[in-house]
Amino acid sequence: MNMQVKLPFDEMLVDGVARDIYAAYADWLSNTPPEQLESKRQEAELLFRRVGITFNVYGETAGKERLIPFDVVPRLLAAREWKLLSDGAMQRVRALNMFLHDIYHSQDILRAGLVPNSILAHPQYRPEMIGVNVPGGVYAHIAGIDIVRTGEDQFYVLEDNLRTPSGVSYMLEDRRMMMRLFPELFRKYSVAPVEHYPHMLLNNLRAVAQPGIQEPTVVLMTPGAYNSAYFEHAFIAQQMGVELVEGQDLFVRGNAVYMRTTEGPKRVDVIYRRIDDEFIDPLNFNPDSMLGVPGLMTVYRNGGVTLANAVGTGVADDKSTYIHVPAMIRFYLGEEPILNNVPTYQLSKPDELQYVLDHLAELVVKEVQGSGGYGMLVGPAASRKELDEFRLRILSCPSNYIAQPTLALSTCPTLVAQGLAPRHVDLRPFVLSGKSVSMVPGALCRVAMKEGSLVVNSSQGGGTKDTWVLN
Amino acid sequence: MLSRTADHLYWMARYIERAENMARVLDVTDNMSLVPNAAASEAALWGPALEIAGAVTAYEDLHDTITANEVIHFLALDPRNPSSIYSALLSARENARAVRAAISSETWENINSLWLEFAQFQDMRLLEGHLHEFCDWVKSRSHLFRGVSFGTMLHDDAFRFLRLGTFIERADNTARLLDVKYHLLLPNDEEIGGAVDYYEWSAVLRSVSAFQAYQKVFSDSIEPWRVAELLVLRQDMPRSLHACLSEITAILDQLPGRRNSECLRVAGELHARLRYGRMEEIFQGGLHEFLEDFVVGNNNLGLEIQRSFLNAQAA
Repeated sequence: MNMQVKLPFDEMLVDGVARDIYAAYADWLSNTPPEQLESKRQEAELLFRRVGITFNVYGETAGKERLIPFDVVPRLLAAREWKLLSDGAMQRVRALNMFLHDIYHSQDILRAGLVPNSILAHPQYRPEMIGVNVPGGVYAHIAGIDIVRTGEDQFYVLEDNLRTPSGVSYMLEDRRMMMRLFPELFRKYSVAPVEHYPHMLLNNLRAVAQPGIQEPTVVLMTPGAYNSAYFEHAFIAQQMGVELVEGQDLFVRGNAVYMRTTEGPKRVDVIYRRIDDEFIDPLNFNPDSMLGVPGLMTVYRNGGVTLANAVGTGVADDKSTYIHVPAMIRFYLGEEPILNNVPTYQLSKPDELQYVLDHLAELVVKEVQGSGGYGMLVGPAASRKELDEFRLRILSCPSNYIAQPTLALSTCPTLVAQGLAPRHVDLRPFVLSGKSVSMVPGALCRVAMKEGSLVVNSSQGGGTKDTWVLN
Repeated sequence: MLSRTADHLYWMARYIERAENMARVLDVTDNMSLVPNAAASEAALWGPALEIAGAVTAYEDLHDTITANEVIHFLALDPRNPSSIYSALLSARENARAVRAAISSETWENINSLWLEFAQFQDMRLLEGHLHEFCDWVKSRSHLFRGVSFGTMLHDDAFRFLRLGTFIERADNTARLLDVKYHLLLPNDEEIGGAVDYYEWSAVLRSVSAFQAYQKVFSDSIEPWRVAELLVLRQDMPRSLHACLSEITAILDQLPGRRNSECLRVAGELHARLRYGRMEEIFQGGLHEFLEDFVVGNNNLGLEIQRSFLNAQAA
């Protein structure tokens, strides 16, 4: 994708001078020949390949997986910046959890007129969850908040991921790799550690077992070894020391879920599931699902097991709900949002639709339920023909789309074939909710490896960087 | 532990062991081809290798004649042959991938890098000077796998299922190898002796890393019945049937009891035959019959392990 973005904010250099936070690193970088960086990059690739930090591409042969490109230049954040981002992300998740509880119970926010009633007809709204009380009122136990930056103090939330957000294993493995490749930098800088994430996650999951269970058994449920994120599932299960289960390993008896073990059935209390709502129980959702557990939903609704994330969180992370998050924060928490939304046009509103159609070439248009960078139009990068085709798609169902101004996402120096060059980045920190809401000081930083590209998704060739929060 | 996990661990180890044994058979057969008059034809030399692998029919479906080149390719690299080294290592790696959370990261990385290294052999013409190198590589990767798993994994049930896979597969392979070779090498009522027999039998011994052990135990010329004794009854010979069954019964003893009784019974019966058996009696009843019985018994034990632990039903 070739698009001209006027002078995007660069994380390292402003007018050719390193920002304070980068000063020492920029100095080190200028004294390090690009060949040395390249050899470190190759070393990393070899190690990632050997360790099997890979993702599967659907339809490719067994025994062949791909690497997500890893960049050896980290993204740096000052403690002050991290405080803003983490306070803002945790504030959002608090409000979103309260919203989810509300929307499946008394629906106060609808009666207050802040969110339209049409949300109840949303395909991700799960009537099965109405009146169900989940432990601690927590729905989104693990949330990934996508944040972009356009200037020194301009951060925007692009998206809230509340279903089965992925990528945290790259946050952890990228850090481990960086410490191995550049130990001298870690001695020079005081980089806030992230390695305790699995420990925090396990504690959070234990905390949301049904009340009264002494030593809750937690498992991680994966769709299986051919899922694109399988490495991450195996990695997190291993780091937490819990069983990695598939649907076929679980069964329902009475009001409980058990796993089949070599010693007979064993009761399961909390399922961290990395499998979508539609596939968890063929009796309640997709009857063709081979991945799920028949009867799981009934046990769940009756309080026999905890699912993380809860069923029905998709209604809160979709792009048509996103626009209401600032209102939720004010409504539930009585606070002003710390992080801003990207201004968003709702194409279901006739005047906004007209504006978008008139300015299509300047805007980014996204499908309301799209994810992974699919089904979106980046106006400035699109051809005449693509614009015309997308216009027709919008007109056939305007409410399926939202539009946003094309943001000049910040760039970060990145090692590419030609040497170091600026590439656009975003940031996905992970927010954990259990007894309390918490984060580790770090995030997955995604980088668009192609020049000028704004699409950072790994399914579209994006890479990752380690993120350093500096004290 | 999860039954499915135990299943993957068991098969992962079986496939690695299978690859190693296949490599041994290839290596030794190739060595034999260097001995003058060892076999009348390529077919006479390489046919038994197919037989040991239990792959005669699969081979005949694809090829009209038995040639060294085609048999080697078929047994080493052919993806169409489910018991080729290629297929065994791919299956081992897929099983390992399915349980990478349950094995130590060293064990996983070892199998994963084995698979990555395998690519270098894939397009090689093995007969042209690379077969020995290839077989050595497979054997040493298998040794490494056992060492890494032994040295880095918790010696818990996961490890026990893995070890069960190793010894069930090994017992099967040793019995088949001995059966095929004994059959071939000992035509009825024929005097034994001479250079060819010596090479043949020393090759059999080498194929199970028992040549030096034989010299140490018997310090005498190589006699077929002593070879059989070494590979069947010697408990201290690591690839003998007795040694495998001793390991298996010891492991089964340590597994959780409730589901275990039938496995223990089947294994105990097999073990007793080896522990208390005498070579003269085995020969009287026929070594071939004994080994055939053993392969069936060992296979039943595998099925019983599968039924009791690995495919556990809801009950």
